Amino acid sequence: MVTPVLPKLVGQRVKRREDPRLIQGRGTYVDDIKIAGMQHLAFKRSDVAHGRIRAIDTRAAEAMEGVEAVFTGAQIAELLAPMPIGTSFPSPPHRALAVDVVRYGGEPVAVVVARDRYVARDAADAIAIDYEILPAVVDPELAMTGKPAILHPEFENNVALPPLPNGTGVSRDGKTVDDSAIDKAFAEAEVVISQRMVNHRVVPNTMEPRGVVAHYEPGKESMTIWSSTQAPHILKTMIAAMTGLGQHQVRAIAPEVGGGFGAKINIYGEDYVAAAISKRLGIPVKWVEDRSEAFVATTHGRDLIAYVDLAAKRDGRVLGLKMRLIADVGAYNMLLTAAIPTLTMMMASATYDIPAIRATLTEVFTNKTPTDAYRGAGRPEATYFVERAMDMLARELKMDPADVRRKNFIRPDKFPFTTQTGAVYDSGNYEAALDRALEAANWKQLKGARDAARAEGRLVGLGLSMYVEVCGFGPSSGMATGGWEHAQVTVERDGRITAVTGVSPHGQGNETTFAQMLADQFGVPLEHITIHHGDTAVVKQGIGTFGSRSQAVGGTALHLAGARVKAKMARFAAELLEAHEEDLVFESGTIFVRGAPAAAKTFAEVAAYAYVPVPLPEGLEPGLSEEAFFEPSNMTYPFGCHIAMLEIDRETGEPRLLKFVAVDDAGNLINPLIVEGQIHGGLAQGIGQALIEETVYDQSGQLLTGSFLDYALPRATDFPRFELHNTVTPTPLNPFGAKGIGEAGTLGSTPAVVCAAVDALSELGVKHIDMMLRPEKLWRIIGTPPAPAHGGRA
Amino acid sequence: MIPTAFEYVRATSLDDALAKLAASKGEGKFIAGGHSIVPLMKLRLSQPKVLIDIARIPGLSGIREKDGRIEIGAATVHHDVATSALLRKQCPVLCDTAAAIGDPQVRNRGTLGGSLAHGDPSADYPASMLALDAGIHMNGPKGWRVVKASEFFQGLFTVDLAHDEIITGVQFTPVRAAAYAKLHQRASHYAIVGVAAALDASDGRIRSARIGLTGAGPCAIRLRKVEEALAGKTASTDSITAAARHAAADVQTVNSDLHASEEYRRAMVPVFTRRALEAALTRLQRG
Amino acid sequence: MAQVSIRVNGRVRKGDVEPRLLLAHFLREHLNLTGTHVGCDTSQCGACTVLIDGRSAKSCTIFAVQADGCDVTTIEGLARDGQLHPLQEGFWEEHGLQCGYCTPGMIMSAVDLLNDNPTPSERDIREGIAGNFCRCTGYQHIVNAIQYAANKAARK
Repeated sequence: MVTPVLPKLVGQRVKRREDPRLIQGRGTYVDDIKIAGMQHLAFKRSDVAHGRIRAIDTRAAEAMEGVEAVFTGAQIAELLAPMPIGTSFPSPPHRALAVDVVRYGGEPVAVVVARDRYVARDAADAIAIDYEILPAVVDPELAMTGKPAILHPEFENNVALPPLPNGTGVSRDGKTVDDSAIDKAFAEAEVVISQRMVNHRVVPNTMEPRGVVAHYEPGKESMTIWSSTQAPHILKTMIAAMTGLGQHQVRAIAPEVGGGFGAKINIYGEDYVAAAISKRLGIPVKWVEDRSEAFVATTHGRDLIAYVDLAAKRDGRVLGLKMRLIADVGAYNMLLTAAIPTLTMMMASATYDIPAIRATLTEVFTNKTPTDAYRGAGRPEATYFVERAMDMLARELKMDPADVRRKNFIRPDKFPFTTQTGAVYDSGNYEAALDRALEAANWKQLKGARDAARAEGRLVGLGLSMYVEVCGFGPSSGMATGGWEHAQVTVERDGRITAVTGVSPHGQGNETTFAQMLADQFGVPLEHITIHHGDTAVVKQGIGTFGSRSQAVGGTALHLAGARVKAKMARFAAELLEAHEEDLVFESGTIFVRGAPAAAKTFAEVAAYAYVPVPLPEGLEPGLSEEAFFEPSNMTYPFGCHIAMLEIDRETGEPRLLKFVAVDDAGNLINPLIVEGQIHGGLAQGIGQALIEETVYDQSGQLLTGSFLDYALPRATDFPRFELHNTVTPTPLNPFGAKGIGEAGTLGSTPAVVCAAVDALSELGVKHIDMMLRPEKLWRIIGTPPAPAHGGRA
Repeated sequence: MIPTAFEYVRATSLDDALAKLAASKGEGKFIAGGHSIVPLMKLRLSQPKVLIDIARIPGLSGIREKDGRIEIGAATVHHDVATSALLRKQCPVLCDTAAAIGDPQVRNRGTLGGSLAHGDPSADYPASMLALDAGIHMNGPKGWRVVKASEFFQGLFTVDLAHDEIITGVQFTPVRAAAYAKLHQRASHYAIVGVAAALDASDGRIRSARIGLTGAGPCAIRLRKVEEALAGKTASTDSITAAARHAAADVQTVNSDLHASEEYRRAMVPVFTRRALEAALTRLQRG
Repeated sequence: MAQVSIRVNGRVRKGDVEPRLLLAHFLREHLNLTGTHVGCDTSQCGACTVLIDGRSAKSCTIFAVQADGCDVTTIEGLARDGQLHPLQEGFWEEHGLQCGYCTPGMIMSAVDLLNDNPTPSERDIREGIAGNFCRCTGYQHIVNAIQYAANKAARK
């Protein structure tokens, strides 16, 4: 009898193992957790952007039936120190609940503990707070002059991070700066493109808002905390530190998590408060964020202004790039706030071999919700600024936007390539991606269609954008948490495989992709493998899911742990088969000597033997369970090219996306179906930012787009069908040659759409438009095009 | 978000509803689909003490034809209007309008009467009610009353409906050559500008036109100048285009918000007036 | 407090509720049917979508008392005798979900959509789920999933 050979699963469109529970409503998200005796928290939040708390009256709240306790900021300050951040940048003290001054609308000021969420909300609303209103700092460039107020006295002129230089001639420590190369580039330039650009603030809006259940058990002196988080191990570390417990006393669990997009890496004030209150009162407590709260209380993304100058020859060759960045980070530094815009500097070279670059970054505090990671985190901003500038250069030189890019690509033989800002790109073939995109979109024909539409008087434009992304975040030298990942693989007594991973998926499908890898590694069916994640009592160590690191770092750790178990299992099998382990084949649930499948032992037989090892092979311990920590040597750099076709309604200014073609190169793919899903999602967010998502504050610091009634979240009707293609350039940095794809969709899509809009309006002399493409904004441009001499339009 | 506490009662008849409203001593509100009031209650912008559910009052919902007129009950949901075969045939502008409201789930619950009573400046129905010259029927302690749509919408969230009255339905003569055109606010899908245009024409000539505008100002209004410009003209694209240019003339106060400034809204009025008229003309020509 | 009696997934469920209790919370807190999710507070996102008397509705915008005497179907009531509903199957086959939070509401809206229009175009599908937000998928695989279910029904 011939055992059918199991097909290899890596590279296949395997449908997800996560789905059966989720499509039947059987997933367990934080708000689905109930514990006997559990009380509910509701936060009283500041309704002013900047104010000094004169008085808080909690008496009415405390008197309500069903209210267990009320804590003000001052009372919480006795339980919790100021919140730590995850970078070494200077940071003002940030209390979980504001104590004397509130610095953004929505900052928590007091908290109610009550029987249920209805009573908790009633009580929170009954808390009266008297504020002395302070001037709201809203415009970051005005804020840098110290006007109209100072947020944190220890940060002069609201400058969170004084101009930090990067690029050609800047020493590693940033202390010495030699401008000669960049000055020379601009002196030799035949054409200089200069433009102020804004990459505006967006709200991450995971469909599941944040939530936390904290359960301190006094008898056991231990804390279990469930949180809608991307990083349960970071949560555990921080909760332990902040509540005075040892890490051995805290168990953190990320149950089903309804989206993260960077906004759930943070440990928020509400998490600490829940833990502190549970510990203080000795009862389990739950808090689940409302959407209205999420708009103000969960970190925002982007919000960078860039002054971009691009020096080039008339043949399109770029000589130098200056990029002066101003980041509006909001009111406080959160976990990674200060570090995110540094990634924009780091990626200033984009896909181009730019001989001289000078980037500088200033970070500024304003009376807004703090910013932090949002899908792409710093890299979409860099892509946007550089690609818009390249597009302007092409227009200035009357070159095809593809040609000017092609002229400046880093050549494939130059990898690994170190950019002027210090990034070390692992591998790339940018021209191949560009060509694939031009071919897939039928660029020439598309241009013909655009021109024909224009001849009819329609405003149709084409936009093209390259991108290079940074994935696989690590190594530890760049991350305060450590940049490794951990995994453990156990072959059970019955031959089934239990694996644990330190990454914490929340939609990425690692229960499937990781099982595909192990199935191939061990030659066993997918159904025989379970992947555990998200529970620090099960997963001993880990960092988490962010920075598109799951596959490149977490997947590699899993593969290494698997290899260790497999090697040990081979020793047991060799004993049973009286063979050398290097001659063994793992295939279709059996282990046999190469060329002799008839004499195979089943996987289960070998596993059983390993747990009752009589005789115990010399030098072996019983059992089949191994772990690995993988420290990557560097990050990976996937890339691609996106093309958009867009039409603007001449009468209303409404933009409509007609076509979108994406070519992405993430190296080798474990599961193309899941990769496509990741790209689609990234595209929707990137296009969403360009077309309909914008966070707007008024002059008093009130968020005007504080609900889905005013903040447009993209709907199915906002997109055409995306056309996806790929090229494959593996990374040499991990055994799978896989680079990562979680965030890449957000990079090229935003500039491609804006480039298309500018192209559509180019007949009116438009050279640049700041996002988002609000119909009224476009209508105004159509009604009053810029004067020819003026050039760019902000 | 969570509403404040209230008392809930269900009315079994119109009389019962009015009695319960009277008993609430000004603290009561009717609820049918709840898609105007519940969102406000959740944000605690509305805090009624008593909710009187009128959704199941017999005869309060449904679309009926009677003596050449069409009658729509106040508790009729938008979905039923959008998909009504009767309306599709005789008065498709109402199908357009209902189909442009919110999203499918909202259309499954939200009601005509609720929308009219709420008087939201960016609601869709008011434009069509004006274009159809509909009569809004209401009942109260003083008995039945019919108010013409052109007198019903009075101001921002203000309609000619006393606090002790209930809307029971609307009645109008169907117009086949009528259409609705709308500029969507991209987040909420409310109307930044919505125009319903109805043409009465014979032998290629427009006898009269009625045009309702919503979204632009504090409440929906008729665009009389456009109507006058169309009266007696040939039913053609040219006359429509010419007449639509007058659209802004009737618009006094114009709303302004982050989605559309006063200037933009004002400019969109003639655009959507023309688009609605064009669609109405197409229906006229197709018969 | 008010008495309600609601037929949920074929079973009559009674409860004493505060009039202000939202149907979504009645399902989740009183009946432990936590597949119905709450994703916003302005009746936009559709995560809480259930069927009331066969039509899709946002259960966060309806008080439980309003649904007294109604027939409610939630995501938990869709599979029959261990057989996934064709839409559930479609979402699985076509990778129509990632984090899964919007999924139950999305599927319930799609049930209503296909009841109304068994052979929808792509445009019909996109308009049919315009009351449901998804932040993960960019909707394309969701459209495919609904097409899968429609095609499967058409083959029968």
